[in-house]
Amino acid sequence: MKRSITRLLMAPSVIMLLVWMIIPLSMTIYFSTIRYNLLYPGQNNFVGWMNFEFFITDPGFIPAVSNTLILLLSVLIITVVLGVMLSALIDKPFFGQGIVRVLLISPFFIMPTVNALIWKNMMMNPVYGIFAWISESLGFEPIDWLSSYPLASIIMMVSWQWLPFAILVFVTALQSQDTEQKEAAQMDGATGWHIFRYLTIPHLARPIAVVVMIETIFLLAVFAEIFVSTGGGPGYDSTNLAYLIYNQALLQYDVGVASAGGLFAVILANIVAFFLIRAVGKNLTV
Amino acid sequence: MTLNQQRKLKTILTGLFAWTVALVLFFPIFWMFITSFKTELQAISVPPSLFFEPTLDNFRVVQERSDYIHHAWNSVVTSFGSTIIALIIAIPAAYSMAFFPGKRTKDILLWMLSTKMLPAVGVLVPIYIICRDYGLLDTKTALVIIFTLMNLPIIVWMLFSYFKDLPKEILEAARMDGATPWDEVVKVVLPLSVGAISSTALLSIVLCWNEAFWSLNLTASDAAPLTAMIASYSSPEGLFWAKLSAASTLACAPIVIFGWFCQKQLVQGLTFGAVK
Repeated sequence: MKRSITRLLMAPSVIMLLVWMIIPLSMTIYFSTIRYNLLYPGQNNFVGWMNFEFFITDPGFIPAVSNTLILLLSVLIITVVLGVMLSALIDKPFFGQGIVRVLLISPFFIMPTVNALIWKNMMMNPVYGIFAWISESLGFEPIDWLSSYPLASIIMMVSWQWLPFAILVFVTALQSQDTEQKEAAQMDGATGWHIFRYLTIPHLARPIAVVVMIETIFLLAVFAEIFVSTGGGPGYDSTNLAYLIYNQALLQYDVGVASAGGLFAVILANIVAFFLIRAVGKNLTV
Repeated sequence: MTLNQQRKLKTILTGLFAWTVALVLFFPIFWMFITSFKTELQAISVPPSLFFEPTLDNFRVVQERSDYIHHAWNSVVTSFGSTIIALIIAIPAAYSMAFFPGKRTKDILLWMLSTKMLPAVGVLVPIYIICRDYGLLDTKTALVIIFTLMNLPIIVWMLFSYFKDLPKEILEAARMDGATPWDEVVKVVLPLSVGAISSTALLSIVLCWNEAFWSLNLTASDAAPLTAMIASYSSPEGLFWAKLSAASTLACAPIVIFGWFCQKQLVQGLTFGAVK
């Protein structure tokens, strides 16, 4: 087929994504260099780097960056490690496998806003929540999760949502593992740990790469869970970059500073993507 | 113990373990579901009550207060609409990249994926302003456009990794028999990839249905999908757990049930060709 036709077929996707990327991004760059507060219309003079200075010196900035990274790394580690272990353990036929699969994947379908509401109220509420009831039954003081450990609580909610995804991808991957190889290894006296370490883990390299990549895309942008449950607080304890920028733009009406923050988020995402693609990229077929 | 008995015991232990994990992970959803049938007083009783007389009152109140049907319809229109549009745009692109790869195909794919890395907050303000200036705030049109673009890279990529594995000989044979490119796609490629296309569509529908950032920021009431409706229950009504649970159950039920039926498909698609 002619090159021109193949180009034509790609054109709609490429052009639309290009527009989707370039127009808002250049507007963001422009806004980030002018004074632009929705409360003071008409005073849009050029201010250079001032918005960036404001954003970077904002007391919420350092916590927001570190919270974003802590959230990303913790959820990645929890879901991948637990996901690999759990899927290796349940990768054998047992009673009711189909139902277990359905139950396991369900949290992935729950919308983030509902996820946050369930955990905030029914699980973590210090008076009426299930956790409080459990710790009281065991004779401990109930913990007010959201105010004492806000970031850990968010990590718990987000991991709950993504662990099923990891488990199911890994279980599907394990089903294609070579059983003869495993049996041969067993005959030669390999222990369960050796099989797991030298056969299962290498077999899972590509699925792990895929899980890490997809989760990273979504974890850098966690918003609804924070919006609904902690509102970024107390203080900035559970504010991530997404939430900080939202705060600047729609609560303080400062489009200029919010745009500067947006650019910063883009840069951070690119740094993460760079390391990520280097770390897992060789495992992806493109 | 004989080897056979040992194996049996192992199966039982695996089963018990798997069930425990599954039930623990599923518990919050189960709890939300049964709380939605309680009265407000039962909902906050300590110790939690498992046996009670179920009531449907909460569901009635939710429908009266926030017109569930209206928001559910918005969710259906935006998630299905944007998925269909995205598929129409993505199928030709994935087809041409998979069957007629050029030097830059790999770069284009990576670039597409990198647009997905662009955090939504980075472009929130401009998109908000564009929508405001064109009267698109709080419209389904705006959400459909954004959802389409948001999922396009993942859709192109998933379809590409599937198309790439289709045997090229089939296409060549079709061409020998005088099939036009159009015939090739419609009569050969599409029928062979119904599974891949449906699992891609499923993932896209789930992601749109649960998308919260854009729907919270760009809609108020007219076009608000279920994610935004639920957020309105977050703070002031926070303590009316039974009603909150009823609203949440209503918001999640369609997509969870949909997902249960399609989970096998979905999981296969989610692995992006990493699992054969």
